[in-house]
Amino acid sequence: MRWTDTCPRARTYAARCLTLLVCALAASLSALAAPSQAAEQQPTLPPRSSAAVQPQFLIVLDAAHGGTDTGAHLAAHLEEKDLVLALSIRLRSMLSARGIPVLTTRESDVTLPPAKRAAMANAHKPAACLILHASDSGSGIHLFTSSLPPAQPTTFLPWDQAQAAYLQRSLRWAAEINTAMTHAGVPVTLGRTAMQPLDNMTCPAAAVEIAPLTKDGAVTAALTDPDYQSRILAGLAAAIEGWRHDWAAQP
Amino acid sequence: MIPRYQRVLLWVLLLVSAVMAIFLIRLRERASDKLQAAADAVPLTPPSAMPASDVTLMLANDIDGSLVNTDRPIALPTEPHARARYLLNQLLAEYAKPGSAHPIAANAGVDDVFLMPLPAGTTGGTLAVVNLSSGLLQAHPSGIETETMTLLSLIGTLHANMPEVAQVRFLVDGAPRDTLAGHADLTRTYLASSAAPPPPTVEAK
Repeated sequence: MRWTDTCPRARTYAARCLTLLVCALAASLSALAAPSQAAEQQPTLPPRSSAAVQPQFLIVLDAAHGGTDTGAHLAAHLEEKDLVLALSIRLRSMLSARGIPVLTTRESDVTLPPAKRAAMANAHKPAACLILHASDSGSGIHLFTSSLPPAQPTTFLPWDQAQAAYLQRSLRWAAEINTAMTHAGVPVTLGRTAMQPLDNMTCPAAAVEIAPLTKDGAVTAALTDPDYQSRILAGLAAAIEGWRHDWAAQP
Repeated sequence: MIPRYQRVLLWVLLLVSAVMAIFLIRLRERASDKLQAAADAVPLTPPSAMPASDVTLMLANDIDGSLVNTDRPIALPTEPHARARYLLNQLLAEYAKPGSAHPIAANAGVDDVFLMPLPAGTTGGTLAVVNLSSGLLQAHPSGIETETMTLLSLIGTLHANMPEVAQVRFLVDGAPRDTLAGHADLTRTYLASSAAPPPPTVEAK
């Protein structure tokens, strides 16, 4: 006769202990298997190469003057600040239609100091900067880059010579505009100048001064001529399109 | 009743006061003349006995954006400051002529030219500080090309006739000014030698 036969409660306790032992054994086995499963379920980072961010192609358009700074008085009721603002807005629309992101320094008749224009452009690290001016002297397009001597890029650049480190690329940018304007049938005069905010920009930068078309001293296309304006804007848009192609090929 | 001697004394004092007033007015006029003469001691016209010699003027052309060396027979003062000032005013007078390719409606626009030796350790030569008049700025057309051409023309003419001038700075009525007529930078020091900005050239027509 066994002791369990004499004590039925003891038999019940033994069965329960056996059940608990089996459960504990199963839990231990599942705990041993758990780390490998957790490792399989943990989210993984994408490869480093696929996480790299491509810089955005951005063009900065600076319509010169504005507000109290009227610029040149071009004709009756036509100031330089108003003409370049209208051209800047039209060019921005043309580029946006082609899917090119554009930042304009001003969209209305406001006074904006040169330092603020340069700071606005530099903060966005654009692919190119284009400063728009107009004048009633000379003929065609006057295309200017900075007259600063070229310098190597460094961590800190003097504010009044910031453009020096970008001069080589600015000359290539000016050559792109020159080619496009020549194709558009607008004569171009290339030059170097000392001017703000051109000298303060840390991007390929050029200043375009639009003058009337003249032949033998007589004006053949005035600054207000819509056809002449359209030719110039088409040429500038083509130059920016070409620069985007070149820019994508650069390392 | 006023005594006779007091009346005589009164008239004598009045007479002396009048004489002293006339004397003081005359002294004031002479002092004023002396001050004016000292302020404008630099002659505007050269001595007539000075022989004229060929002077190189770098004349700007707005149509093609060029600077052309042109020789003119001009009698210049011998004193360097006066020479530089007269030279630049002669250049501006060329632009004021009818039919000029770079029109500026101002007969004279350079008040002073100060020549100072550059500090030791630099490239050497002389720094010329050209003090322009505000009248020139008011008469100057506004535009990047025309303003740049004016500055290059002034710098080039100065350097062509006074090779010791290595750097040029500009003032307007004795004070620094941001731009010439809204575009070209007047705050920077321009290099007059080989490092000077090359003149614009026509690339495409």
